[in-house]
Amino acid sequence: MKRGPIARIVLILFFIGLIVVPVMVTRRSAAHNADQAQTSEKTALARYGFYFTEVSKQAGVNFVHHAPVLDPKLAAIMPEVASMGASVTIVDYNQDGWPDIYVTNSREGTMNALYRNNHDGTFTDVAPELGIADVNKPGTGVSMGAVWGDYDNDGYPDLFLIKWGKPELFHNDRGHGFTPVTDVAGLPKWMNANTATWFDYDGDGKLDLFVGGYYNEDIDLWHLRTTKIMPDSFEYADNGGRKYLFHNLGNGKFDEVSARVGIKSRRWALACGTADLDGTGHQDLFVANDYGVSELYLNDGKRFHEVGEQSGVGFSPKSGMNVAFGDIFNNGKYSIYVSNISEAGILIQGNNMWVPQEATAGGQLHYVNMARDLGVELGGWSFGAQFGDFNNDGNLDLFLMNGYISLDRNRSYWYDFAKVAGGNSTIIGDAKNWPAFDGRSLSGYQEKKVWLNDGAGKFEDVARAVGITDIHDGRSVAVADLWNNGALDVVVANQDGPLLIYKNTVDPAEKWIEFKLEGTKSNRDAIGAEVTMYWNSQKQIQEVTSGSGFAAQNELRLHFGLGKNPHIEKAVIRWPSGAVQTLDQLSPDQLYKIEEPK
Amino acid sequence: MSQPTSALSNGKTASAPQWGRWLSLDNRYVPPIFITLILLAGQATYGILESYQKTLLAIATAMVVELILSRVFVGKWPHLASSYITGISVGILLRSPAYWPYAVCAAIAITSKYVLRYKGKHLWNPSNFGICVVLFLLPTSVAMLSIQWGNNLWSLVAIWILGSVIIWRLKRFHISATYVVSFLLLAVLRAWIIHEPVLSEISPITGPEYQLFIFFMITDPRTTVRSKKGQALVAFLVALLEMFFRFDQSVYAELYALFWVGPLAMLVEMWWNARRMKPATPAPAAALMPNAEAARL
Repeated sequence: MKRGPIARIVLILFFIGLIVVPVMVTRRSAAHNADQAQTSEKTALARYGFYFTEVSKQAGVNFVHHAPVLDPKLAAIMPEVASMGASVTIVDYNQDGWPDIYVTNSREGTMNALYRNNHDGTFTDVAPELGIADVNKPGTGVSMGAVWGDYDNDGYPDLFLIKWGKPELFHNDRGHGFTPVTDVAGLPKWMNANTATWFDYDGDGKLDLFVGGYYNEDIDLWHLRTTKIMPDSFEYADNGGRKYLFHNLGNGKFDEVSARVGIKSRRWALACGTADLDGTGHQDLFVANDYGVSELYLNDGKRFHEVGEQSGVGFSPKSGMNVAFGDIFNNGKYSIYVSNISEAGILIQGNNMWVPQEATAGGQLHYVNMARDLGVELGGWSFGAQFGDFNNDGNLDLFLMNGYISLDRNRSYWYDFAKVAGGNSTIIGDAKNWPAFDGRSLSGYQEKKVWLNDGAGKFEDVARAVGITDIHDGRSVAVADLWNNGALDVVVANQDGPLLIYKNTVDPAEKWIEFKLEGTKSNRDAIGAEVTMYWNSQKQIQEVTSGSGFAAQNELRLHFGLGKNPHIEKAVIRWPSGAVQTLDQLSPDQLYKIEEPK
Repeated sequence: MSQPTSALSNGKTASAPQWGRWLSLDNRYVPPIFITLILLAGQATYGILESYQKTLLAIATAMVVELILSRVFVGKWPHLASSYITGISVGILLRSPAYWPYAVCAAIAITSKYVLRYKGKHLWNPSNFGICVVLFLLPTSVAMLSIQWGNNLWSLVAIWILGSVIIWRLKRFHISATYVVSFLLLAVLRAWIIHEPVLSEISPITGPEYQLFIFFMITDPRTTVRSKKGQALVAFLVALLEMFFRFDQSVYAELYALFWVGPLAMLVEMWWNARRMKPATPAPAAALMPNAEAARL
């Protein structure tokens, strides 16, 4: 070295600084997050405007999910291959104006449950008497999720049961029972699906059904002919289940049209959602795939055009497990939240918050991942997430499930997972090459996130402070105003764990408004209808959707928080039929039931 | 990964083969071209990078830091092939949703060459050092590439063939070959000891990070011993120590093994050489000469 000792010292200090400063900054940030202490309900209410209370026991709900037990050939890695199936959907199955809860179980012989809302804070499981409990019979596969949609426009939502096995369509007999109509409807005999959603893709007033396959549909997971059933890549896998789009023919039958309308993919779908992202009046389809990139299918009313890569959402492969839409900036545009995996020091995928950019010269949709900037990037091994204005301040917040497999706290499977997942497809594609789980955890015992939107581009995690402290293996989350009191409550389905109901208490000074839409020319559920709420010189859009998040469905009613002393200007409804309806003279703290003008 | 060629020769290969003009290319450019080809092919076929910007940031940081430090502390403008490889290696191997770890890691890697020196030689492979440091100290911010390249056999075969040809030309094939053979034999041994499927133990070497590790990192001439036998021994010791790290379930076992074995081997060699040269001179003359030192950087 030519320079003298002072220069050497400066160089050494620079070197030390390069190492020490980032370490200090990240540790300080981590300490700040860890310091987020549990607070009293009073403090949470004063500080954040709301708090949650877990009330499942008081509500009479004691549901516990059981994971699948598959072919013994998979015994060594059973916790991994049987790691899904806990789901929760909100439905007003009897149209009494109170949201009910349907949850799935996933072990052969176990029962699903439909918790009828008794209007007094309690719920009663009516699934057995209505015929939608005993749906996991040996030989028929097991439940992975559910979506509700009134496919025959009779005013009562029908049930599509997503399964690894024989999918089931149940017709809702005016709230008095459910009739299996799968065979009549012409649905496949077997699929291994984890996601589905109802939407009227062609605008004919009848709900169609999209289903995304996970494992290849040729596989019977209880009677394997081969152990070569795993993904052939952990980032580019294309040996998963097929996608289905069932076109509603209107006579109780469906026609599978996916290939004809441009949906051809064998990526491992885990979540999907629909919303009109490009303002054409047709609902577009977003699919989050495990082991690969997400897909965005733009709908021109007749065909779908996959633009994932061009739009930016389908370029970097991760482990997509959630799709939720939210107008988080109150600017009339949907951002899309996709959950992935983050494990310190091993795999930092980060969750994606796809924020739409201003239209380019060509008018093409383009998204940028702003999860890090917004503070909603790192969850853990994340699954379901939902937007909702939990404190009614007028900004959409975010509730995120985390935690994959919680077994032995002190022993982790991550080393073995990383060892094999990075290998060649011929190795990772065969389950027999995977080391035995042997009771170890894999990203287990993780806390959930409740990210509060400050309306200025930042989200703050307040989970512990507002009473969310469970560390079960969270999968599915759904939001609904279960008590019809203008507060968004949260229902959480945990894998191999209990169903949790978080009742929300909100500062009454924070106002709200809700809309229950009913289509006439459009599908009766009004799925695809979009409401633009104008108040205090700002606007927020929300769309009625079926499947949302991961294996979940929120209530169909739309809930807007308005903040304190709101001045409501108007609400504009764009119905799926194309009709536009403007509502004036609206008051806060009201639920409006709106029928589409005939 | 860094500077595989700068010390291989002083420019051209000693005996240029007859089959192809490209082989007469200055050796210093071969690894940068090879790794750039890997990057471009991987990005075109599988989109291996989180973004071009992050990789470019790592490359730019490495080159700028190298330019500044070399100019200030060595007194001459450096050849940038070495820092380019360091930067591009960081850009490929490091995974982080944020930008700053790419710049920090590249800067740490290059700066380590100028700070962590003994008797005029830097001891650590720069990118190995930089990546190990950020993996160890910033686990919540970074991870390492592990599952890119589509887990595809053909991309693997193509990289191995091309890599082997280039490493052969650079006269360092024995290092890679020793490591690969050692890894495979020890993988079988590991599988036998811990009762795991053999293929699960072999699996890591079929992944992309090992391809870069084998062809760029352990072959770095500046951070390994001089004799051919010694180099092979070091490669074996890396694989051996890696085995023990793997018993301890270290995800980045190979990187940490090189992190420890590389500098130790260098120190042992220096100590050995000093012992042999002791009667003649009190210190290696070359280490006192700025130009010779500049060449080592």
